[in-house]
Amino acid sequence: MNAPIDSATTARPRTLAEKVWDAHLVKKGEDGTPDLIYIDLHLVHEVTSPQAFDGLRMAGRPVRRPDLTIATEDHNTPTLAIDQPIADPTSRIQIETLRKNAAEFGIRLHSLGDKEQGIVHVVGPQLGLTQPGITVVCGDSHTSTHGAFGAMAFGIGTSEVEHVLATQTLPLKPFKTMAINVEGTLRPGVTAKDIILAVIAKIGTGGGQGYVLEYRGSAIRALSMDGRMTICNMSIEAGARAGMVAPDETTYAYLKGRAHAPEGDDWDAAVEHWNTLATDEGASFDAEVSIDADTLEPFVTWGTNPGQGVSLSEAVPDPATIDDQHERAAAERALEYMDLAAGTPLKDIKVDAVFMGSCTNSRIEDLRAFASIIKGKQKAEGVRVMVVPGSARVRLEAEAEGLDKVITEFGAEWRFAGCSMCLGMNPDQLAPGERCASTSNRNFEGRQGKGGRTHLVSPLVAAATAIRGTLSSPWDLGLDTGPAAHSTTEGEGH
Amino acid sequence: MEKVTTVTGGAVPLRRSNVDTDQIIPAVFLKRVTKTGFDDALFHEWRKDPEFVLNRPEHQGAKILIAGPDFGTGSSREHAVWALRDYGFDVVVSSRFGDIFRGNSGKQGLLAAQVAYEDVERLWEVVEADPGIPVTVDLVARTVSTGTLTVAFDIDDYTRWRLLEGLDDIGLTLRDEEAIAEFETHRAAWRPKTLPIREPAESGSL
Ligand code: SF4
Repeated sequence: MNAPIDSATTARPRTLAEKVWDAHLVKKGEDGTPDLIYIDLHLVHEVTSPQAFDGLRMAGRPVRRPDLTIATEDHNTPTLAIDQPIADPTSRIQIETLRKNAAEFGIRLHSLGDKEQGIVHVVGPQLGLTQPGITVVCGDSHTSTHGAFGAMAFGIGTSEVEHVLATQTLPLKPFKTMAINVEGTLRPGVTAKDIILAVIAKIGTGGGQGYVLEYRGSAIRALSMDGRMTICNMSIEAGARAGMVAPDETTYAYLKGRAHAPEGDDWDAAVEHWNTLATDEGASFDAEVSIDADTLEPFVTWGTNPGQGVSLSEAVPDPATIDDQHERAAAERALEYMDLAAGTPLKDIKVDAVFMGSCTNSRIEDLRAFASIIKGKQKAEGVRVMVVPGSARVRLEAEAEGLDKVITEFGAEWRFAGCSMCLGMNPDQLAPGERCASTSNRNFEGRQGKGGRTHLVSPLVAAATAIRGTLSSPWDLGLDTGPAAHSTTEGEGH
Repeated sequence: MEKVTTVTGGAVPLRRSNVDTDQIIPAVFLKRVTKTGFDDALFHEWRKDPEFVLNRPEHQGAKILIAGPDFGTGSSREHAVWALRDYGFDVVVSSRFGDIFRGNSGKQGLLAAQVAYEDVERLWEVVEADPGIPVTVDLVARTVSTGTLTVAFDIDDYTRWRLLEGLDDIGLTLRDEEAIAEFETHRAAWRPKTLPIREPAESGSL
């Protein structure tokens, strides 16, 4: 007779991503059919949900788990005069449709004017709904943000939204795993945003295709949750389906006491489970990449995809030096669109606007970092500076700390929460030819307004740029040490 | 989704190749918030021409579209399939389909029947000679027939099975409803729930 199998000694070492996947397997796929995966949290917004609800209605199907579903208004919402009717008819119809659908299907909705309204990826974590080890989906590619908690979180299309509403599951093929090791200590003035821009510049906008990225190493462990969210948010810009960070004490400290975090005995049971999630010793990844945190500098993009970035101290690269012919052609086209000449020092580039916001960098710490640089100063003349908090709650929190005053005294606009100029679906747009330093995640042609030109930067670089009027980092302001933003693990406000 | 076994009805000969999804439904219609009501959007630009084949009286109420090669290429918009279904088409016959379009079709109950290019020509000839002639598409036998002409079509077994059973993606998953319910009974009670709404402990300070 065989000896009893001891699972503790014979279990194959697994990665964080594999553990979360395995724990959500409703049915293993056979003969090439996908696995059926259970979804713990479904986030909904007004742009990608209308047809999904319509499909349910046509088929006479209910939402299976309204108690695992939450909706908010963000992409189309105005950031000024939020008590007025929305002027653009398409935006208005999308928002009205969401309100109608949420009421009909019994879904919790945070509407414009509500204190929990905001960008869907800011709202989930701040309510404590995003937790380690869960599966999260949303009809939005930047759902990867939630992976910062050790959740498996990814964007889906409208027919998948309908599928999750009806079944609370998705048929999925397993992903490959890639470790992104970031070892070392960030210098003051260098932040999570610079790490992820450097990662994307290194592996390329297609480098993560088919993978779940796990960010590891001492530099990641030292980051706050807000910083980890910035990194996971942009995993999609490297082509990855999702990004993850193993949960640890920083994660638990952030979650504890939040509205929907477990309490009492439940909290202890949850932590016990969360502590089992980290990638096992000896588990293997399908690919590995390393980044040295010690030598990182503030980063900025010069082109029209997030992979076209370099250190701010460098110059606009010369396409002629790029070997790959497709990349060379892309670089030539990008420089033409961006109206930049090869060899121009990046710090000589003047901007017309600074956008501080988006699901990448609009949480309270981002605002604190931005405010710490501009405090007591005046913005550069002729530069329009817009600060858009990620959620109504972040806005309230910032106001309680007096950050709104720092921002308005600087000469910047202090707006209501939403996606805003990240994609310009509402009136917050660049005019043709305008150049913007933006803390958002996409510098695609026309993303922030037709003909607009975007340089992706961190909140600290956005602040220094707003002061000087040219792309700048805190290092250029004569401060010997910038604030070590995104590196605190204690005393986070809720 | 309704089961499909055979479809019999009028056919529209669309003598064009490379009909991409932007021709099937222009981007301006993508702003809508419904999954239905796209029948007027179908081939919107072409329909402005009164002579366009879809506008001819003898083709009203048709259920089958017979198109040239590379039908449904281009952007992946699912609206292309919705528009064809809304207009009343149950079947598109072509000698080659865009991959994503074909995938979307199978999921939404539109039968994409792939035939040899010569057979497209022969079907066009028959239908043009007698525009009201009924055409029958038999999914069991995998044939398209009209008058004395019968041609074979290709469809992968999985999509064919789904159409015969009337299963959309959701219907397919709901066959595993028991497994889903069983999974839910083991889900830890402390996993997050959005309802009932809980207020943050310190909300008073904000
Ligand atoms: S802030 Fe930008 S990237 Fe984030 S969800 Fe909104 S539009 Fe998408």
